[in-house]
Amino acid sequence: MEEESDTRKINNSFLRDHNYATEADIISTVEFNSSGELLATGDKGGRVVVFQREQESKSQPQRRGEYNVYSTFQSHEPEFDYLKSLEIEEKINKIKWLPQQNAAYFLLSTNDKTVKLWKISERDKRPEGYNLKDEDGRIRNPLTITSLRVPVLQPMDLMVEATARRVFSNAHTYHINSISVNSDLQTFISTDDLRVNLWNLEITDRSFNIVDIKPANMEELTEVITSAEFHPQQCHTFAYSSSKGSIRLCDMRQAALCDKHCKYFEEPEDPSTRSFFSEIISSISDVKFSHNGRYLMTRDYLTVKVWDLQMENKPLETYQVHDYLRGKLCSLYENDCIFDKFECVWNGSDSVIMTGSYNNFFRMFDRNTKRDVTLEASRENSKPRAILKPRKVCVGGKRRKDEISVDSLDFSKKILHTTWHPHENIIAVAATNNLYIFQDKVN
Amino acid sequence: MSATTAMEVNAEARRILAVSISKLYASRNQRGGLRLHRSLLLSMVMRSARDIYHSSRECEGPSDAQPTQEEPMDTSSSLEEQTGLPEPVQPEPQPTLNSTELPPEEPDSAEEDSDSEITEDKENLSPTRQSRKRRGKVSAAPDFLPSKRARLEPGEERYAAPLGSCRAGAGESLRLCL
Repeated sequence: MEEESDTRKINNSFLRDHNYATEADIISTVEFNSSGELLATGDKGGRVVVFQREQESKSQPQRRGEYNVYSTFQSHEPEFDYLKSLEIEEKINKIKWLPQQNAAYFLLSTNDKTVKLWKISERDKRPEGYNLKDEDGRIRNPLTITSLRVPVLQPMDLMVEATARRVFSNAHTYHINSISVNSDLQTFISTDDLRVNLWNLEITDRSFNIVDIKPANMEELTEVITSAEFHPQQCHTFAYSSSKGSIRLCDMRQAALCDKHCKYFEEPEDPSTRSFFSEIISSISDVKFSHNGRYLMTRDYLTVKVWDLQMENKPLETYQVHDYLRGKLCSLYENDCIFDKFECVWNGSDSVIMTGSYNNFFRMFDRNTKRDVTLEASRENSKPRAILKPRKVCVGGKRRKDEISVDSLDFSKKILHTTWHPHENIIAVAATNNLYIFQDKVN
Repeated sequence: MSATTAMEVNAEARRILAVSISKLYASRNQRGGLRLHRSLLLSMVMRSARDIYHSSRECEGPSDAQPTQEEPMDTSSSLEEQTGLPEPVQPEPQPTLNSTELPPEEPDSAEEDSDSEITEDKENLSPTRQSRKRRGKVSAAPDFLPSKRARLEPGEERYAAPLGSCRAGAGESLRLCL
């Protein structure tokens, strides 16, 4: 801790809030794999940490499948683009797992410019008994070798190693905001502000551009792509969201270049709520298909919306995440919070949706019962196996004892990244540089 | 719109413009380069603020209408051409976007353009038009950069400029070296 305060003294003049030493630890993405056995996190320092769920053991029933660190590796390093004199951040923007097809695990991780395919494999045996080198690896004197032997595989301590199997680079002029693996398990898309590129997992020197919204004259630019995702079952369908609050569904069978959408989802703006910041708050920060492939969920600054793929003119459901911020947009603009990109996530059965907010709050909305809850991810309030208490923000008038007033919310504590286990009620929530994993109550 | 609310709206618009401009400047130095999405949103806010500013100024009286009319500049620089259009109230297709969008692809030339553009204009100014032009030119330098002369637009003295925000027409101040 002493080192930390020294660093703080040195860097105080440069930074506003956070200690430079730990900025690299800020978690920038979280993702469960398709079985829920593994949980990957990426951080600003370009590292990936993979957690594995413990096998449930009869001897310790209270440790019901906890997640422990399985592998840590440096996925991306800071790079320099000499042509544009720009530094390329090593921050991991997104991680997407490939479904498991053999003993090894594969994931795609991306920073602003480069996507990498990582293979995470276990090694628990080691060949021993080489002829030409001894156990330490030193070359044996050939004159001392009198007999020939075959190396034998001996058990060793489990070692988990991560190797970069593919590097998909040089395809994006702008910053990559999302990647999505196709259900065909052979292709994936990477998306930047203006383009969506289709890759084959085996081929790294070529990608196909399937969406390009760059105008001939950049002065006429009015919207950018904010996220894109493949349909979970239809390998020819993908959706992309825009900064104008619209979502386009595209069918790759229609044409090689999917500039023409086959469905266009947009809700007309309510003129009564128009302000300086209407455009910013309508920009969609995340788009997710439901697991059953029938719905789309979008997150903009103040709401989460569920869309039925069959209905383009308005969302099926709209949930207010933190509407009490609507009157504070000007201050949120000044402190940059209005640009925060929150993610949203479905539970395994598509009955509950979850998204983050400020003050380390995150919100869950039950689509069937129409009930919602606000929970907090903080060390003080959550000891292991403690039950989370619902929180409430007081919007005006008398503040009750447990409530927090809007003005006391800590806007530096934001939950942007969350993920939900594909089958069970286990969620992972990233609060700055801390990862919280919450599970359903054990009976 | 009453005079006081027009004033408040005007002050608010100017404050938002000042904040937006400083954000645009700060984003140039941030790691990873200019973010297109963020720059786009910033310029949209600036455009709305500028439009509101102009419309609230027009409400105040015809004497103030003059500064809002921007004369077409006869420089070849595209940055200048944008804001030289004589219809500032009409929503223009992202006039400052050109400047913010250049950086992702050509950061050096954008720098050069803006620098040369300012010197060019000073040279091209004719003596009769100089008084009008200079008003626009000086205000193009944002207040947190050292300015060559301190000046107020006629009519500014009526109310205190909050936090030393944009001294002059929002339109001119958008014509920054971005």
